[in-house]
Amino acid sequence: MSDIVEKTLTALPGLFLQNQPGGGPAAAKASFSSRLGSLVRGITALTSKHEEEKLIQQELSSLKATVSAPTTTLKMMKECMVRLIYCEMLGYDASFGYIHAIKLAQQGNLLEKRVGYLAVSLFLHESHELLLLLVNTVVKDLQSTNLVEVCMALTVVSQIFPREMIPAVLPLIEDKLQHSKEIVRRKAVLALYKFHLIAPNQVQHIHIKFRKALCDRDVGVMAASLHIYLRMIKENSSGYKDLTGSFVTILKQVVGGKLPVEFNYHSVPAPWLQIQLLRILGLLGKDDQRTSELMYDVLDESLRRAELNHNVTYAILFECVHTVYSIYPKSELLEKAAKCIGKFVLSPKINLKYLGLKALTYVIQQDPTLALQHQMTIIECLDHLDPIIKRETLELLYRITNAQNITVIVQKMLEYLHQSKEEYVIVNLVGKIAELAEKYAPDNAWFIQTMNAVFSVGGDVMHPDIPNNFLRLLAEGFDDETEDQQLRLYAVQSYLTLLDMENVFYPQRFLQVMSWVLGEYSYLLDKEMPEEVIAKLYKLLMNDSVSSETKAWLIAAVTKLTSQAHSSNTVERLIHEFTISLDTCMRQHAFELKHLHENVELMKSLLPVDRSCEDLVVDASLSFLDGFVAEGLSQGAAPYKPHHQRQEEKLSQEKVLNFEPYGLSFSSSGFTGRQSPAGISLGSDVSGNSAETGLKETNSLKLEGIKKLWGKEGYLPKKESKTGDESGALPVPQESIMENVDQAITKKDQSQVLTQSKEEKEKQLLASSLFVGLGSESTINLLGKADTVSHKFRRKSKVKEAKSGETTSTHNMTCSSFSSLSNVAYEDDYYSNTLHDTGDKELKKFSLSSELLDSESLTELPLVEKFSYCSLSTPSLFANNNMEIFHPPQSTAASVAKESSLASSFLEETTEYMHSNAMEVCNNETISVSSYKIWKDDCLLMVWSVTNKSGLELKSADLEIFPAENFKVTEQPGCCLPVMEAESTKSFQYSVQIEKPFTEGNLTGFISYHMMDTHSAQLEFSVNLSLLDFIRPLKISSDDFGKLWLSFANDVKQNVKMSESQAALPSALKTLQQKLRLHIIEIIGNEGLLACQLLPSIPCLLHCRVHADILALWFRSSCSTLPDYLLYQCQKVMEGS
Amino acid sequence: MIKFFLMVNKQGQTRLSKYYEHVDINKRTLLETEVIKSCLSRSNEQCSFIEYKDFKLIYRQYAALFIVVGVNDTENEMAIYEFIHNFVEVLDEYFSRVEPIDELPKICSALEPQQACFSPDSSSFKGAASTTPIY
Repeated sequence: MSDIVEKTLTALPGLFLQNQPGGGPAAAKASFSSRLGSLVRGITALTSKHEEEKLIQQELSSLKATVSAPTTTLKMMKECMVRLIYCEMLGYDASFGYIHAIKLAQQGNLLEKRVGYLAVSLFLHESHELLLLLVNTVVKDLQSTNLVEVCMALTVVSQIFPREMIPAVLPLIEDKLQHSKEIVRRKAVLALYKFHLIAPNQVQHIHIKFRKALCDRDVGVMAASLHIYLRMIKENSSGYKDLTGSFVTILKQVVGGKLPVEFNYHSVPAPWLQIQLLRILGLLGKDDQRTSELMYDVLDESLRRAELNHNVTYAILFECVHTVYSIYPKSELLEKAAKCIGKFVLSPKINLKYLGLKALTYVIQQDPTLALQHQMTIIECLDHLDPIIKRETLELLYRITNAQNITVIVQKMLEYLHQSKEEYVIVNLVGKIAELAEKYAPDNAWFIQTMNAVFSVGGDVMHPDIPNNFLRLLAEGFDDETEDQQLRLYAVQSYLTLLDMENVFYPQRFLQVMSWVLGEYSYLLDKEMPEEVIAKLYKLLMNDSVSSETKAWLIAAVTKLTSQAHSSNTVERLIHEFTISLDTCMRQHAFELKHLHENVELMKSLLPVDRSCEDLVVDASLSFLDGFVAEGLSQGAAPYKPHHQRQEEKLSQEKVLNFEPYGLSFSSSGFTGRQSPAGISLGSDVSGNSAETGLKETNSLKLEGIKKLWGKEGYLPKKESKTGDESGALPVPQESIMENVDQAITKKDQSQVLTQSKEEKEKQLLASSLFVGLGSESTINLLGKADTVSHKFRRKSKVKEAKSGETTSTHNMTCSSFSSLSNVAYEDDYYSNTLHDTGDKELKKFSLSSELLDSESLTELPLVEKFSYCSLSTPSLFANNNMEIFHPPQSTAASVAKESSLASSFLEETTEYMHSNAMEVCNNETISVSSYKIWKDDCLLMVWSVTNKSGLELKSADLEIFPAENFKVTEQPGCCLPVMEAESTKSFQYSVQIEKPFTEGNLTGFISYHMMDTHSAQLEFSVNLSLLDFIRPLKISSDDFGKLWLSFANDVKQNVKMSESQAALPSALKTLQQKLRLHIIEIIGNEGLLACQLLPSIPCLLHCRVHADILALWFRSSCSTLPDYLLYQCQKVMEGS
Repeated sequence: MIKFFLMVNKQGQTRLSKYYEHVDINKRTLLETEVIKSCLSRSNEQCSFIEYKDFKLIYRQYAALFIVVGVNDTENEMAIYEFIHNFVEVLDEYFSRVEPIDELPKICSALEPQQACFSPDSSSFKGAASTTPIY
């Protein structure tokens, strides 16, 4: 570096006039008169931190003004930069100058550039955004003909460079490896090393060039390449074994003093280079005899040469010893190394002693006898005044611990632990003690006592694994059962003694351990009754210094003990006190205890003694609660809403100003969007028997839950009380589960449910005690858990709900299997059939759920209807039940049976419905078939009236419709006529359901009949069906529209040009109403609200707004494809007319 | 790996700092305070290596000035210890024409940061000490 500086000095003398700071040795004195000098002196003279801060803030504000002033020259800027560096070095933020540093590096002359680069490398870090601005400058300087500029650029690259910009400079730097100047080559290697560190795969292709650098004639370049090699060999030593010879040769040369004299440090040749090489050799020779053999000589040489009494030779010796013990052993070398260690350990120099201990610690694993040689020294070191030495000695002892010396060593460790204040040391040492104690414990008493010490000292800083492992050890035990019992008993006794002591503070973790052990194993005590233990725990519970997490552990322990105790006033007192606790978690635990306490039998079976290790089967779906939930819901309880949904509602409530027509539904849209695919994937799940219904419910739920935002007057801030009530009625998830569990339990008639819930209860207790122990986030954990569980539970419950009174779980099972089966089958069918699959999950869901409901008896309908009624007046999603379980309209059915006249008369009876004109679809000499559509409220009724034109009687006339992919066709009664009289007309009715949205579809069928002479004939026909045949007006209020609008995820917007005839909004809407059967809800100014539903019940909402002759249509629906189809129809209608 | 390089005077004022891994500027002050506190608490009979959190501090005292180097546990303490001295010798050489060696601490406290920063960079790289002599 100095030669660069000197070159700079000589090349640019003009720059260093006056008092340039950084102008080299001569300028140092002069700098005192510079502004930096005075700043430095000013700060040195100050005595208090406060004064320093004041001065620097002052300096910074003046610097800020200067750097941002346009008149500031680069020279002044450089001066400022130096001061900024100084300020930042002292810990004051100078970020305002960062950009100026980059500018200086870009624009300045050599010296200014150098300061700029320096400032950049000091100010910024690798991921700093401003760093990108430097790339161009670096590229420019790398291409410079000026050596100094190239060097500066390389230096800055090797310090900080954005990873993503490496390709921009990599070729330039690669070229520099061939540069004639060694300093450039060296810096290029270092820059590549940097790249190797931050993006190893980007420099993989130049590994071969590193080899060239290793063989460079310049020592500096070679030394720089060692950094890369050390790194690469550390990652993969096997790939570089062939280089061992080269490294050995280099080391030989270095040790032999072949390097230029200027590499000597206190007449030791290149000590750091030697250390580097020794490390590389150690890595290469590890577990490899052949490679190791290559280096024995040079290691011997190194050990011999490094006998000079100087610190740096000790450093080399230490590295030598390390290497000798790393590679394949050679006794001769080991002997020498051991001697070396002995010299270190016995040295009066404290630093050497430290080094010796460190070496010994490493070596001792390979050669424990060495410890025996130095045992006295080790003992001395154990009582050394310097805690660092002690610490190192303990580290050494830790490595040689065995079953015999464990007691003493742990004793020493604990002593050190008691003195130590530093957290890191405590954590580290406590972990080691616990590990040793578990491994080598001589007896129960010792083990428990040691662990007690660990817990009380390690307290809450120790690693959570320690108490967890300890508890697991206790619970799982060893091979010997009596031994285990003794250990447990001892633990219980020791904890009871500890708890007896007054005014002793134990860390929370320790208390948690105690409470678990006491809860589980107090039964081992003969004399002491569970009541007494409970009393002790109760005392702790009332202690204010105990954290709520620990209290949860404690109350769990009390719960376990209560089942063993006969009767306890303490428990009742505890229940009394904690059921009104402000802490939700505590309250929940107290309620659990309360309910269990009321049913001792159940409690005993639920909390069996000493069963903590038994595996539990978790019924994650909480199916046993379905009955309870169904009951709750039927009594008008609000259904459970998942957290995010509540959040969403809260959000929509908080909105103050609503600029969007119906409020933004970003979150709700995300919600439904996510929900649908989840439903599909769950559908085939084993436990997903009600996934579809659950989803369906989600939709209808949302209608209820969404706050009314939009009405006639625009935004409606009223009705808050109503929503408030709703949210108030929402059960707190955790509590609700627990209470549900309890109440479900008390239902004696549900024996099956009972057994299941017992397990569940225990699981929850166990889970809560386990999760509570997981650290500070446990509460969140617990809540999160409850949330998901209750979510499932809610879903599951819907099946029951739909099944109302049916409680037998067998029925449940069949149902669930049915639905999952049908789901799978349906899915296959669905995907194979539809190539232009638009993924209409929503519709699928509906049809599935309707299938599910289909399987139920009609007696359940009232309840279902009740639920659908709950979901406001919006199209009830349960209503599709009615759709599928087809009720032929009495009037038409009757008319079919009797009708013999022409179609017109038939139509008279169905005038309440809209219908199309009769259209002849096919004919021959015998018969003619005409069809018409009746747009009923709940389906499309296709009527084919067949007229027998011949004078003969037709026999077994039969009309059949081919199955079509988009439709579900249901035959109405009376479609097969045994006899058709001459010149009569018969009507065949088919109700058609749509299975997924489409634009147009064909329904084909044939009619077959027998003439008198048994001649059979067949006649094919087809009718066109459009989506519009399945669109019905949806009559809802503006309020409901607003609510629904928020709940739909799929929206489509489009501007349509209106023809002149309908330029006004009302007329345009009227067109839509007539042609598309949309229901106009309201017209407000230039906006209109319309709604429709796709049969069976997929709602779609439309918001229109008129700008001049443009009609902006905005569809929203729960179905993803419906808006598109509707839009298409709208466009057709609007443009067509 | 060298993590940072500090020059701190006995009053605990940082005279020079160089971090080889980015440390937030607010945390730097705290770290420096703690580091110097632990260095000042040591006596001459105690060794020059301190455990601090999960890394080691190697310090050397020159009159009123402490030079402290923070390294991770892969480093050879003694090598770093000598590296500090090498650095000081280099500084001494560089400024000797200006001030005699016994006033070195004074120079260091006053020296131009940009030069002092360049110097450790050229003899160490990214926290790895190398032998490359500065002169």
